[in-house]
Amino acid sequence: MTASETRERAAEWLLKRHEQDWSEESQRALDAWFAEDPARRIAYLRLETAWGTADRLTALRKPMREEIAKRPERRGPFFLKIAAVAAIAGLAGAAAFYPFGTPERIYATPLGGREIVKLADGSQIELNTNSEIRSSGKGTRHFTLVKGEAYFQVRHDAAKPFVVSLGDHRIVDLGTKFLVRRDPNQVQVSLLEGSARIESTGGKSAKAAVLVPGDIAIATADALSVMKKPAPELSNELGWRRGVLVFQRTTLGDAAAEFNRYSQQKVVISDPEVASLTISGTFPVGGIQLFSSAARESFGLSVSHKGEQTFIAKRAP
Amino acid sequence: MTETTDLGREHAVPRLPGEGGGLSAVEDWFVREVLPLEAVLMQFLRRHCREKADADDLCQDIYVRVYEAAHAEIPASPRAFVFTTARNLLVDRIRKRQVVPMATMADLDALHIANDDPGPERAAIASDTLRRLQAALDHLPERCRQAVILKKIEGLATRDIALRMGISENTVNRHLTLGMIALAQSLYGETADEGGAL
Repeated sequence: MTASETRERAAEWLLKRHEQDWSEESQRALDAWFAEDPARRIAYLRLETAWGTADRLTALRKPMREEIAKRPERRGPFFLKIAAVAAIAGLAGAAAFYPFGTPERIYATPLGGREIVKLADGSQIELNTNSEIRSSGKGTRHFTLVKGEAYFQVRHDAAKPFVVSLGDHRIVDLGTKFLVRRDPNQVQVSLLEGSARIESTGGKSAKAAVLVPGDIAIATADALSVMKKPAPELSNELGWRRGVLVFQRTTLGDAAAEFNRYSQQKVVISDPEVASLTISGTFPVGGIQLFSSAARESFGLSVSHKGEQTFIAKRAP
Repeated sequence: MTETTDLGREHAVPRLPGEGGGLSAVEDWFVREVLPLEAVLMQFLRRHCREKADADDLCQDIYVRVYEAAHAEIPASPRAFVFTTARNLLVDRIRKRQVVPMATMADLDALHIANDDPGPERAAIASDTLRRLQAALDHLPERCRQAVILKKIEGLATRDIALRMGISENTVNRHLTLGMIALAQSLYGETADEGGAL
């Protein structure tokens, strides 16, 4: 196979690899193709890197589109909406969703991992990096997000509500696509389609809010707030489903924290002035290298490496 | 993407290069240190090959040798290693042909193998990434460019691009394949506007 043939085959594989119907069988076929000649893996790696870098083209287009759209809420990063937060009673009923006696099932992803869990009822859960979800048994519609982030596409069934629990919070679907992220001190729920109810039993009083598309609920131990995000920004939060992180005027500090969720390699920015610079663009989730070189190019920062750490700092005068 | 049905504890399989799990140390090194040398390496190879396709094939062989050697030990000086490998491959070729054009040998000897990174071409690539990509995109044939924009910038699936453009999925894939190769070429390969100095 000539170099240009290898390149074309590798490009075809790379396209297939990004399609929805990629299966374990396709993966085996690709591995077999790679196994025949290392040149193939190299050609693939080269295209993959370039194609991933081309995601940064989105950064070029974004400002244009925003101008056309003229969204009034562009003032701040979020348009804050105070949710109708009402105390609700009867949360003790939550336990009823656990069918006692059925075995617990655990799905977990390692750092940088991603996994789709297909449920018998047609619902689907997509787990992001370093995440863990448990169900109380086969056929149940009650899950606990132990850590990390998951995207739920729920087949609605009024008779059997779909429930996601996270500590003192739970989400009850009302026919929905939603994203849930659990961090040590807060839970964030972004609603993409349909509607869902979030209930918090922590703190002094129980709270609940019904979410509509575009809503992002943030629940801490004693507060529940709902913000509104324009749809494109909301879909940016799902970039990981296609292996990318999308930043829009994100601080370097926040962006670094995002990258660090996916890799053993960590970006370290100790200078608060550097951490507060903002960046826009799309990067592959494993793209610490690209990110740090973008920071170096855009802001003239210095980038150094030590072991698994990448340090971004001001350039020495 | 692994798909798991309701089966119990599962771990996702490691991802492919660049797709979330990060690259292996060798792959990371290769992307970071070797690929950026491609433009200057190709310029060098082109001087010794009548056809561009020969230079492409040689470049591929060099990559394989460098990549495999890096699995044993990552070379301390990527630039020196790549060009030494290139030189050895060319010398092998010349021996096989049993014709030794004097100019070639002189050129090989003049090669600044000891000249280490970071080469100026590398810095140029870093600061020019977006400009190069944008230029490559602008230079694609119209339909091909549309397909790439719908894929990369609008994030559409191939099926939706086919519907939007009123063409078959195969044709979309053909456009995307060519677009992908052209974008990679703009980042790493030879570009017309570059000077010839090594």
